[in-house]
Amino acid sequence: MISRRSFCKKSLLIAGGLAIPFSALELFDPKRLLAEKDQKGARWVFLVDTEKCVGCGFCVQGCKIENEIPYDANVTRTWVERYVVTKDGKTHIDSPKGARDGFKTTEIDIGEGKFEPIRDDDIEKAFFVPKLCNQCDNPPCVQVCPVGATYQTADGVVLVDRQWCIGCGYCIMGCPYGVRFFHPVHHVAEKCNFCYHRITKGMQTACIDACAFGARRIGNLRDPEDPVTKIIMTERVNVLKEEYGTKPQVFYVGFSKEVK
Amino acid sequence: MKSHVWRPLFVVLAIVALVFAARKVLVPSDFGVGERGYMYGWHRPSNEQQWKDVKVKYRTAQHCKECHKDKYDEIKSSPHGNINCENCHGPGLGHPEDPKALDIDRSRELCTRCHLKLKYHGSGREKIRGIDPARHNPGLECVTCHWPHDPRKEGHNK
Amino acid sequence: MVHGEAWTLKEFFTYPNEYIYWTIQIVMYPFMTGLVAGAFVLSSLYHVFGVKQLKDIARFSLVFSFALLPVAMLPLLLHLQQPLRGIEVMMTPHFTSAIAAFGIVFTTYGMIVASELWFVYRKHFVETALAFREIKDKSALQSLQYLLFTALTLGAWDVSHEALEADERAVKKLAGAGIPVACFLHGYAGFIFGSVKANALWMTPLMPVIFICSAVVSGIALCILTYIITMEIRKQLSKRRRRAYPELPSAEELKSAEAHVVAMTSRYLLMFMVAAITLELLDLIFRGYTAVKSWDILRSVIYERDFVNIFIVQYGLGNLAPFLLFLVPGLTIRRAVVGTSLVLLGVFMMRWNVVIGGQAFSSSFAGFMHYTLPIWPHDMDSFKEGLFGALTVAFIPFFLFWLLNKVMPVFKETH
Repeated sequence: MISRRSFCKKSLLIAGGLAIPFSALELFDPKRLLAEKDQKGARWVFLVDTEKCVGCGFCVQGCKIENEIPYDANVTRTWVERYVVTKDGKTHIDSPKGARDGFKTTEIDIGEGKFEPIRDDDIEKAFFVPKLCNQCDNPPCVQVCPVGATYQTADGVVLVDRQWCIGCGYCIMGCPYGVRFFHPVHHVAEKCNFCYHRITKGMQTACIDACAFGARRIGNLRDPEDPVTKIIMTERVNVLKEEYGTKPQVFYVGFSKEVK
Repeated sequence: MKSHVWRPLFVVLAIVALVFAARKVLVPSDFGVGERGYMYGWHRPSNEQQWKDVKVKYRTAQHCKECHKDKYDEIKSSPHGNINCENCHGPGLGHPEDPKALDIDRSRELCTRCHLKLKYHGSGREKIRGIDPARHNPGLECVTCHWPHDPRKEGHNK
Repeated sequence: MVHGEAWTLKEFFTYPNEYIYWTIQIVMYPFMTGLVAGAFVLSSLYHVFGVKQLKDIARFSLVFSFALLPVAMLPLLLHLQQPLRGIEVMMTPHFTSAIAAFGIVFTTYGMIVASELWFVYRKHFVETALAFREIKDKSALQSLQYLLFTALTLGAWDVSHEALEADERAVKKLAGAGIPVACFLHGYAGFIFGSVKANALWMTPLMPVIFICSAVVSGIALCILTYIITMEIRKQLSKRRRRAYPELPSAEELKSAEAHVVAMTSRYLLMFMVAAITLELLDLIFRGYTAVKSWDILRSVIYERDFVNIFIVQYGLGNLAPFLLFLVPGLTIRRAVVGTSLVLLGVFMMRWNVVIGGQAFSSSFAGFMHYTLPIWPHDMDSFKEGLFGALTVAFIPFFLFWLLNKVMPVFKETH
């Protein structure tokens, strides 16, 4: 006859063992989101092709004007980074004014008005990486807002309520990608919102319209026929800083190991 | 509760009641939990419409095409076909009502965004024909010799 | 200039929007709440654990803790880009955020300290109100004072032996309940930093515990220091007044009470210092041993750029030096003053090295940011987030303490 103690021990063991397959870590899986087809509305996703980006910076200019970020202010909702890998194995990275005026020189901007010259024949490879808010599925910035001034809409875009934000800056500290900043005029938190006022009217974002090379695309993850969704599902894409568990929804084609 | 020991508690309860009363006045009535739950959806729903109502500045080339079909067709069939009109002409806004005319950016800096020669292997930039702005006619506007709507054609003075 | 640009120097690759957003006021805030928590714990050592020799400093530190409380809120108000909306933390708190706990914790703690003070001083309020009632033709000021003290009695005029004993019991309960709340008040501040996964330096489960231990350290140190200073002032006053009032305690009598209290309290200071430094070193060793992705840049910040701030000032001057000063036998008042001042410096540097140090490197792990504290204010921003803003926050508690002392005197034999 089994003792009470033994029975309890064994049943806990069995229950625990059964729980393991059920609680198996749900790795980030676009298919799961796709399966929620019965849910109404879109889930916006962005696709960045770093093979196509040429670093012209028209996207940054367009974004600033469309979203009324003061042109001369050194903050921007989106930016382009330049990566130059030289033969000595070093990676040189810069983003002068967020590439608002493009990249005007071969020299790398290393801050405080200093530049590092790079010789053409020293370059092994170089490329451009546009960045913007990832509208994460688990947005850490929303989690840390103390007053509910930032939130995620049903279609996945993270917005900031300008009338409610107290300007504590916790969301800015909470974002691993550095996409948030204080708006120099409104003095509240600010970030890219996929040009919410455009995409909800059937338009493209300002940065997509400005890009002449097709490096930026937007799609609806809940629509299996969407060309962007098809690329995400069928081709090799990557996301930024996956280890943070934020589940970002901006996918990169041509993502290289040097990208920060 | 005859004992005086409970008096501070009454003060505390009064303050708490005050906070709740203030909340009724200061917090918009629709503030609450949204579709994304409490963690990701705690907000004022009327803000969503406020964002949707932001004015559109860039009208897109499709909009320009409605009146400027000739220019649209010309640039579309040229190597500059994928460039949006407003990249060089500025945002459409309420044109033609307001502004009556758009400022055209004819500066060298605009053209060298793409046409500064950068020998970046592995990037689409390498394929773009470019110049060294310090050597190639410094100070002269590119459009003097190059026609932006079709770079295969010669430019003309304006 | 955007907010943060004026005092941030960026080197190598940093994201375009990265600036040092959390500056001196965010360093001051945990420092002030740490003093609050520490002062309260010290006071509770007497009320709860009955350490009789701490009776004098217990009353003192309780009032000081209350004087520090509104000041703890001041750095936040100075930091917020929209300070008038600060009340929203109480109106629509988002409890998934550690900062939202502020509203509840702060208010709860404030209520506990206020209630405890009420019980401790109720007899004084009653006696003072009755004394004012006696005055026939009250001046305007005296009428106000009469009203104030009457209101403070909350209508509880009974000062019989049983009533006062009820007061004592209530104080004991409140002091006991207050200790975990005081710990929470500062622990949550540690959680604010420790839970930010985006910041490689802040992210550690040890952060709340480190903060609590160093908070208690700073609270005790400040109380010892202010106690010594206040006793010194009393001694000077007694020398002058003793001529008119010979019944007052002599300077020698006052001095002996002081040395004993200081010696006792510094024992507790040392214990908590050991706890705090152990945790900090543990964190450092673990980081170096596990060497995760962020270790390269963190190593560069900790061992190179911030070496002086961390190892010389915080660990050396702020921990090792006072440790030795207190351990060497024959503790003099002068040595205690130096020791506690250094401890306070060390605790302040710990907050600085966490807050500013955590923003000294870019989230790209490929660049650095350097913080230059604005000294002379030339606009609102450089005042609020500069040296003068910090000094305002540092000195207001003493002013409030002086004010509170008029209503709730910390030394029984005031004249």
